[in-house]
Amino acid sequence: MSQTVQQIQDEIIDEFSMLDGDMEMTISYIMELGEQLPEMSESSRTEENIVKGCQSKVWLQASLENDKIEFEADSNTAITKGLLSLLVRILSGKSPQEIIDADLYFIDKMGLNRFIGTQRSNGFGAMMKQMKIYGLAFSTKTQNA
Amino acid sequence: MSNILTDTHIDVENIRKEFQVLHQEVNGKPLVYFDNAATNQKPQRVIDALVHYYQNDNANIHRGAHTLADRATAKFEETRKAVQAFIGANEAEEIIFTKGTSESINLVASSWGRKFLNEGDEVLISTMEHHSNIVPWQMICKERGATLKVMPINEAGEIILEEVEKLLSEKTKMVAVNHASNTLGTINPIEKLAKMAHAVGAKILVDGAQSTSHLEVNVKDLNVDFFASSAHKMYGPTGLGFLYGKRGILEKMPPYQGGGEMIKDVSFTETTYNDIPYKFEAGTPSIADVIAFKQAIDFINELGKENIAAYEQELLAYGTAQLMQIDRVRIIGTAKEKVSVISFEVEGIHHFDLGMWLDAKGIAVRTGHHCTQPLMDHYCIEGTTRASFAVYNTKSEIDTFVVALKDIITKF
Repeated sequence: MSQTVQQIQDEIIDEFSMLDGDMEMTISYIMELGEQLPEMSESSRTEENIVKGCQSKVWLQASLENDKIEFEADSNTAITKGLLSLLVRILSGKSPQEIIDADLYFIDKMGLNRFIGTQRSNGFGAMMKQMKIYGLAFSTKTQNA
Repeated sequence: MSNILTDTHIDVENIRKEFQVLHQEVNGKPLVYFDNAATNQKPQRVIDALVHYYQNDNANIHRGAHTLADRATAKFEETRKAVQAFIGANEAEEIIFTKGTSESINLVASSWGRKFLNEGDEVLISTMEHHSNIVPWQMICKERGATLKVMPINEAGEIILEEVEKLLSEKTKMVAVNHASNTLGTINPIEKLAKMAHAVGAKILVDGAQSTSHLEVNVKDLNVDFFASSAHKMYGPTGLGFLYGKRGILEKMPPYQGGGEMIKDVSFTETTYNDIPYKFEAGTPSIADVIAFKQAIDFINELGKENIAAYEQELLAYGTAQLMQIDRVRIIGTAKEKVSVISFEVEGIHHFDLGMWLDAKGIAVRTGHHCTQPLMDHYCIEGTTRASFAVYNTKSEIDTFVVALKDIITKF
């Protein structure tokens, strides 16, 4: 049984709590996570996969495999890429319905809102929204099939 | 006066005592505030004046038949006179209070532009303008069928005057240019540009947002028709700025906005307008901010522009030399004459990441396109990281910044 959206978020919150709110350590860790994000293929880094609303460039690609959505993401900035990797970790491999229903509270709980700044936070919000839109799109697709 | 100035030199430690905001920790590190080109901090006397006004003098200005209104009006008009003296204008009536540089430029583009710009006319701006000195002109040009032309710059970030010569013609009606670039720091040759503009019968508007607190500004010596600036970039309150315009031109311009204060007589069929500057000051202005602004001007005057400039040039030279020694760092904007602004990029590090890292180390800089996207296109970059210094910054803060930057670079 794979972990639920909530379980993964709680796990992430736990991991970050060990950093004790130290900003430099937090950024370092986020960047590390970004480096571990599987490389996005050049062919997926298209203009139409760019998520609008981000100050830094963000690409997001989704595909349906065995009724689960797999996300691929990338960014031209290291910190955003790290934050993206958290979203991918939480939502990738989940069913469209799970993604639609997902209550993403980890950003607020970890106080990341504060340090990702409004503009970037908006961009981050745009990413989350885009992931949900994919969930919705694929749920219609699976229902129609 | 003696407590912030020793002889003719800047006594930075004493100056810093007036800025409580600087004495704090950010992310566990002492704050280094290098975002002064965006807004600088306010000395205690400015904050005190705001509080004092609300505690003692608050009243709407002009035409009030009571003591508080008289007091507030007198203080409000004192600031107008202080601004007049500060920029060397002929008369206080030539100073119009606005929300800031952007509104000042919008006022001219809208009011002057509607009256004096016609089809086929041209407005000349430079490659290094802030969006505030691009968009209002674009809007009015579109409306009036005029054309916006752009003065090119060289690699260092200086306007190419020979090219300006070629662009100017009897079609040119307005040259709108900044005194100093917010992104590059370049100080533009305003006196020369004014002569060139006037030679073809054009007016010149100067965006002085980045020069007024750093350079000697005398609108008569520069011979400019309009000069716009913001109080909050001059150690004054936010949401306030001014526009200087030559009386002869301001009088010919129609009002910008309608409302209270700007009228002489109103009936439902006709309205006659007030004289300058009130014709352009519709509605209740930001009275407290205007009154407190005088304290900011006094602060600058007490230090002396010459002393401020000399000190900031020292910081600029010191910071530039240090940055140039760091591998992978490239300074954007290397004009011979600059205000204390250093824009740079670091190979392999996105400016957002860099800004975030510096913040984690307590250092405030600005990152991005700095509202100068066409300029970013010129350099084929998305944005820069910008450190900008004010009179309360120190060489030791630059050292802290450089150590932090070197450490961050090792992480990428």
